[in-house]
Amino acid sequence: MNEMIFEAKDLSRSFAVGSSPLQDFTDHFLRNRQPAVLRAVDNVSMTLNEGETLGVVGESGCGKSTLARMIAGILPASSGERRFRGEDYDSFLRRKRDALKVQMVFQDPMSSLNPRLRVGEIVGEAAVLHGLVPRSRVKDYVVDILARVGLPADSVGRYPHQFSGGQRQRVGIARALAVKPDMLICDEAVAALDVSVQAQIINLLLDIRRDSGLAMIFISHDLGVIRHLCDRVAVMYLGRVVELAKTSELFASPTHPYTRMLLDGMPKISAQRRRFMPIQGEIPSPLNPPSGCHFHPRCPMVTDHCHRVRPELREIEPGHVHACLNVEPHSKRL
Amino acid sequence: MSDTFFFKVDGLNTWFFTRKGTIKSVRDISFEVARGEVLGIVGESGSGKSVTGMSIMGQIDEPGRIVSGSISLDGQELTGLDFEEMRHYRGNRIAMVFQNPLMTLNPLMRVRDQMYEAISAHESVPRKEMYDRCIEALRSVGIPSPEERLNAYPHEMSGGMRQRVVIAIALLLGPDLIIADEPTTALDVTIQAQIIYQIRRQIDERGLGMIWITHDLSTLSELADRIMVMYAGAMMEIGTTEEIIGAARHPYTRKLLESVPSRNAPGEKLKQIPGNMPSLLTLGEGCPFANRCERMTDICRQPVQARQLSETHRIWCYHPFED
Repeated sequence: MNEMIFEAKDLSRSFAVGSSPLQDFTDHFLRNRQPAVLRAVDNVSMTLNEGETLGVVGESGCGKSTLARMIAGILPASSGERRFRGEDYDSFLRRKRDALKVQMVFQDPMSSLNPRLRVGEIVGEAAVLHGLVPRSRVKDYVVDILARVGLPADSVGRYPHQFSGGQRQRVGIARALAVKPDMLICDEAVAALDVSVQAQIINLLLDIRRDSGLAMIFISHDLGVIRHLCDRVAVMYLGRVVELAKTSELFASPTHPYTRMLLDGMPKISAQRRRFMPIQGEIPSPLNPPSGCHFHPRCPMVTDHCHRVRPELREIEPGHVHACLNVEPHSKRL
Repeated sequence: MSDTFFFKVDGLNTWFFTRKGTIKSVRDISFEVARGEVLGIVGESGSGKSVTGMSIMGQIDEPGRIVSGSISLDGQELTGLDFEEMRHYRGNRIAMVFQNPLMTLNPLMRVRDQMYEAISAHESVPRKEMYDRCIEALRSVGIPSPEERLNAYPHEMSGGMRQRVVIAIALLLGPDLIIADEPTTALDVTIQAQIIYQIRRQIDERGLGMIWITHDLSTLSELADRIMVMYAGAMMEIGTTEEIIGAARHPYTRKLLESVPSRNAPGEKLKQIPGNMPSLLTLGEGCPFANRCERMTDICRQPVQARQLSETHRIWCYHPFED
């Protein structure tokens, strides 16, 4: 159970922003200027064990989707290491049939499902192509998988637009499951759904995890969903992981000031209205992040130190790391 | 109590006449809003909550129309007004904020010009005074250095800032009522918390009424004074926030509350509502939730009458939970 399935070490990804080849040329040769670079993911290290669900939470621009895409292998890393069951990720991904072990479910099923294919083809295509199932038996195979995600057998002949949003997300999950993955990456997979439909999809994911022991990386901005589904949670801010801990521990005793602010801002359902003074300040542009600790302009505990020094992840309790210069292990609860 | 309600909707029916049949998006909706109050309307997609908002603004286009019912502001009936007459109310007395600020704001105009335009559409005011009012409005929604922001274009601002600008424009003419349709849904949690805090302050200070339309019960539980629950175009339950969140009696409201992750033990299966929302084309006479409801009996096929549970708490159900 505690075997490691995936490991990321100092993973980074940068994008050159708003540049054209001509501008690159003039910048380089005539102005001696570097193009603007956006560090979407900045030295992120994390591990995922077999059968475990790791949540990644953060606000827009924190790099969680870029991280998801790198983990899924659909986006190369700028630097750093990725390992799948100990093997270097690039050589693993080159073996196409093995690469199927890693699958992804996207936020918007309307744009991730081919609108011109029937559901039977969407779900069965990869399994047939890679020889997981002979073409003659693919229909039964697909019907089986559709039943697992709670879709009727006659869905096979229908097109994505004939389904509701929740059903389409089930098709997206069925497509991922059809190739028998060991690791599933869900990028905001329930964000666009209504509350009651969202509950259905979350329950479906819980069932799948229980039945097949799938390892999952669950990316979301919704702390309620993360808390419900995940064993451990990584909190990201402007491309960096600022805290990573067991879910119960993170929600019970968050140590990083940003995590605390995020938990405070989370709307809680209760009959008692609370009057709170939310922490001020905007999320800075990832193009031009603040120096030192990225969070320092919004942080209530900021000191001079924070402007200059980049905080590294430190262990403050076994399995609980955070990147803050000021919160010491012994002063965990302020 | 009833005379504090300055805004009333009574028996509103908004239907769309399409080739496939009549879609009764809003059926028999009645509610009131008092000054200094936030009324939350909660519902899932297709519940008719947005159509209710659009009906109030007089923005229902062909093939839809308001079939019957009354919408009144300070005793003045709004439903029969023609375009020019409605214009006097829209923006001036009733303002609306939508989910996506990029669709509301003109990308080619500076914030200043968009704000000036809103003022001069209704009043003739010297430029200096317009400037002061804009600065004041921007500051009241928590925009730092409003003098600079006034000269910015929408694309130069973050999503949260843009939505604040839209709210500032809505406040500009001192409306009596603001209708906000999912205004913070697209925003990050920390930004959402800031905006909700500022909106609540403006409501309390200016004593204006607000209708906050959303699918998110958690946000409403923190902001709203009263909550109205809609399903498939009909009202299910209305009451104070305490009555709805703390002591809901309608099976649908209960189910909705139970399916929120934070109300379930982590890792446990969420309590889910079986089935899907019925098609609005084929709705019968009875309770639209009946088919998904575990308390359903034959009588649920009959039209449901409102039942008054307390002065503020009303419910449409034959088999409510007893508490």
